[in-house]
Amino acid sequence: MNLLKSYIFPRLVQWVIVILIGTTVTFIIPRFSPVNPVDVVMASLASYQTTDPQAMLKLKESLEDMMGLNENIFVQYFKFWGRLLKGDLGPSLARFPIPVIRVIGNAMPWTISLLLIATILGWLLGMVLGTFAAYYSHKSWSKILQVVIMALYPVPYYVMALILLMIFAYIFPIFPLFGGVGIGLKPSLSLNFILSVIKHGFLPAVSIILVSIGWRFMSQRALTSTLLSSDFIVYARIAGVRNRKILFYLFRNSLLPQATDLALSLGGIFSGALITEVVFSYPGLGQILYSAILQGDYNLVIGISVFSIIGVATGALIIDLLYPFLDPRIRYS
Amino acid sequence: MKIIKDLFKYDKRFSVGFIFVVLILFMAILSFFPPYDPTIPHTFPRDLSPSLKHILGTNSLGQDIFWILTIAVRNSLIIGGISAVISRTLAILIGSLAGYLGGRVDRVISTVCDSFVVIPRLPLLILFAFIFRGFLNPLSMAILLGFLDWAWPSKRYRSQILSLKESEFTNTARFSGAYTLEIIAEEHMPFLLSYVVADSISGFIWAIGMETSLSVLGLFDLSIPTLGTTIYWANYYKSMLLGIWWWIGSPVGALIITVIGLYLLSVGLGDFLDPKVRLQRLSK
Repeated sequence: MNLLKSYIFPRLVQWVIVILIGTTVTFIIPRFSPVNPVDVVMASLASYQTTDPQAMLKLKESLEDMMGLNENIFVQYFKFWGRLLKGDLGPSLARFPIPVIRVIGNAMPWTISLLLIATILGWLLGMVLGTFAAYYSHKSWSKILQVVIMALYPVPYYVMALILLMIFAYIFPIFPLFGGVGIGLKPSLSLNFILSVIKHGFLPAVSIILVSIGWRFMSQRALTSTLLSSDFIVYARIAGVRNRKILFYLFRNSLLPQATDLALSLGGIFSGALITEVVFSYPGLGQILYSAILQGDYNLVIGISVFSIIGVATGALIIDLLYPFLDPRIRYS
Repeated sequence: MKIIKDLFKYDKRFSVGFIFVVLILFMAILSFFPPYDPTIPHTFPRDLSPSLKHILGTNSLGQDIFWILTIAVRNSLIIGGISAVISRTLAILIGSLAGYLGGRVDRVISTVCDSFVVIPRLPLLILFAFIFRGFLNPLSMAILLGFLDWAWPSKRYRSQILSLKESEFTNTARFSGAYTLEIIAEEHMPFLLSYVVADSISGFIWAIGMETSLSVLGLFDLSIPTLGTTIYWANYYKSMLLGIWWWIGSPVGALIITVIGLYLLSVGLGDFLDPKVRLQRLSK
């Protein structure tokens, strides 16, 4: 009960605040637009198909009604939330009349699985490498590793993805140039399909891992160096505890700050994944966001923004809620 | 000057970063003295590979890539610089308000900060750039980026200030009768300053990366050469598939040199300016 009140409840409040701020910003930005969103939509619709003017006028009215542009901004805001809670984000304009929510729903599994694997692997790898590099800081491989990661860390996600694509798909065609699965393969549980998915997802995942590992590695190395001079490690060393065991102690003790940090850096990794997906034409949220930009699909861009904020906030919340399992102090407080 | 010389000698990271940054700055300065207007298309034969006459070759539009790149580097640096100044000013203000005032102010600011840290910024930026498409110039882009990048640094400034406030020398200063402002200016500033310098450069790097991401998606004014828009046009004309590697390779290479150079410089400078590291070095 205490845990609920002192730990879980504040996290939930934070989660609500994040979503509130995020969606409010996505609501406000379009209102500052120098152009009327309805006109933008009408113009982009007119470029796809020719309909009779009568129908276009009707559509314009219903769009204005849907976006509620004729009403007071506060009424608009509440209506926006009302629709959002029902999961209604309007129809996609480029893929009319498929609802935005369905377009996002189709892309979601790709992004989530790619992100989940890349984030967890990047996090663990960064921590393990960081711990080793700090523990064996005098070894030459540790120094080389440090230089390599230092050179990788500031590289933007886009450039990393582009370089990997150039090298491993274009110059040495080991991996496919684009897509999430081989052409013509139907989703099934066959070995062929799964192998194809892994092959297509490999480079995007590696490029996310390579960039996100940098910060993790360096913060873990710094954390471990401080831990190395703490009493319990010094004692363990004097007592002749095996290296393996000490490394485990170091790892276990840096798990907590790194879990908090992961929750906070989730937004950055997610943004990077969007860009990576665009480079690899991976069929996730990033890819549909890119096509929405190209096609001027106003509803879809807003929908993806709102969804990514909710998604990332929820991801961070889940990590926070897993925290008591890692930290006995919170569990028994 | 002597400091730079010393740092150059003893800190490898700094020397590599310094060389890279000087290289990039030199390119940016060159952009003011082009032998001809490099933005005009069809000045030269198309798709020439790098040669002595055209160091980085020409592109499919018949422009000299090197001279275009000088302008691109300059514009990207300007965007990064302005954005870093804005975001770090905001961050210092907000962070020190939370850190020094403490109590309820701190709790409110921290909650808001934590929320902004979690929100993924790229979708917001894309939404903004999408809706204001055609209205973004380098200045407004820099301001926009600056206003989105204060949450992380202000959180870190706050925690730095909190640990400084708890430190022994702060208490010593207080008990010997120093005023609060005096303590902040004379005792805390040297620590914070090193942090601000290193951190501003990382803001710089972030802004350049974000500008590239937005431009590559076609969400920036594509007639203005920046590192991002140069990559956009190279992609647009399928330079990679056509084997014109020098077109796509040049901006990508320049971008990598810029970010790695700036990053190494920030690490070297941060260590050099940090009183804690300096004390450690003295005691060795």
